[in-house]
Amino acid sequence: MSAIRVLVGTRKGAFVLTSDGKRERWDVAGPHFGGWEIYHVKGSPADPNRLYASQSSGWFGQVIQRSDDGGKTWEPVGNKFEYQGDTGTHKWYDGTDRPWEFTRVWHLEPSLTDPDAVYAGVQDAALFRSTDGGQTWQELPGLRGHGTGSSWQPGAGGLCLHTIILDPTHAERMFIAISSAGAFRTDDGGKTWRPITRGLRSEFMPDPTAEIGHCVHRMAMHPSRPGVLFMQKHWDVMRSDDGGDNWHEVSGNLPTDFGFTIDVHAHDPETIYVVPIKSDSEHYPPDGKLRVYRSRKGGDEWEALTKGLPQSDCYVNVLRDAMAVDSLDPCGVYFGTTGGQVYASADAGDSWQPIVRDLPSVLSVEVQTLP
Amino acid sequence: MIRVVLPAHLRTLAHINGEVQLQINGQVTQGTVLDALEASYPMLRGTMRDQLTRKRRAFVRFFACEQDVSHDPPDTPLPEAIAAGKEPFLIVGAIAGG
Repeated sequence: MSAIRVLVGTRKGAFVLTSDGKRERWDVAGPHFGGWEIYHVKGSPADPNRLYASQSSGWFGQVIQRSDDGGKTWEPVGNKFEYQGDTGTHKWYDGTDRPWEFTRVWHLEPSLTDPDAVYAGVQDAALFRSTDGGQTWQELPGLRGHGTGSSWQPGAGGLCLHTIILDPTHAERMFIAISSAGAFRTDDGGKTWRPITRGLRSEFMPDPTAEIGHCVHRMAMHPSRPGVLFMQKHWDVMRSDDGGDNWHEVSGNLPTDFGFTIDVHAHDPETIYVVPIKSDSEHYPPDGKLRVYRSRKGGDEWEALTKGLPQSDCYVNVLRDAMAVDSLDPCGVYFGTTGGQVYASADAGDSWQPIVRDLPSVLSVEVQTLP
Repeated sequence: MIRVVLPAHLRTLAHINGEVQLQINGQVTQGTVLDALEASYPMLRGTMRDQLTRKRRAFVRFFACEQDVSHDPPDTPLPEAIAAGKEPFLIVGAIAGG
């Protein structure tokens, strides 16, 4: 019988939640790395017992942890992230120039085929790769160096590269997103990059349709249809049908088009999920109701999913890396909140139950479907 | 032997119980103590000082014989009591968070 492993990164440690294929009863293990911020934990598709975790602290900096037994035990690996070449400057919040400076790893994306290969998206925004299981890291400098890097400006959370999507049908193609520089694509394994922002509109920018400066919060793709991308932008939910070359808005009837996370159903590439959040500064669900919105038509038409979720006095947030799906049938959907709850749906979002209610603030959620 | 006391998070990271004891040949300074510590426990690289600039991390402090030596140049000799192992070299995570 299949099993599910949910990898949860929080402000104060990592947790591993496990269940059988029924997804009714859960075991909670952790905290691992108690007291440290765990921005992301993710498993290798090529070896599900190989996990990578980004562990960081304002006191002691960045650590990368690796597990070879599904998160039971861990070992620290390499944590030297050195930008290549002349690091130059990007823009600070006030428009002044600021030297590039490494702060932390936001997102780890293991290779689809090689357990020892993994990408890291970091702050200040850059993409690194390891091919030796995380022992050493090398920057892919073509991203920062492609020409617009000096004009990138941070979002409220910092100048962070937070989304890395690998195309399963085209080994050289990858998509990344940076707050608040925008979205970029490479078709040659990371040597060269170009912005993929045509069709995005951000009214807070002096030029709302500029190539650079859009605050992309998250992108998602279904592996069976890698040309179709979905995006939760600071404002607007967007869709591209041509690998990011052109985007159009699919916010439709959402109660607010602000949010952080977005994901795609495991078996239906037209079914997508978002969690609308009130903004600009509130960052909690509108009307105090925690609602996941599902579109079965790839956007524009959305239905609120509320069964099992708090519908009054709820003022948590759901961050960009804090939603994931399993690949069982029916598809399981999971998300974590800044209030420490991790919710699971074993019926594609129709109903929800909390796996745990009182973890530290959740930064990321990933799911592994195990044989 | 040089004795070093680490903050709890770094002891956990390096799987250390209690004090660390280091053998240092030559002059005993902040720099040589940290070099020896990182050589014995590579997972501590980057957690006390930046791996590239070698600058002390802002929330980490160094104490020797009840003196804050955090701002001393790294090649400043540490007190004889540290070099002789009579007193431990203290690496402290700043008490901050309130």
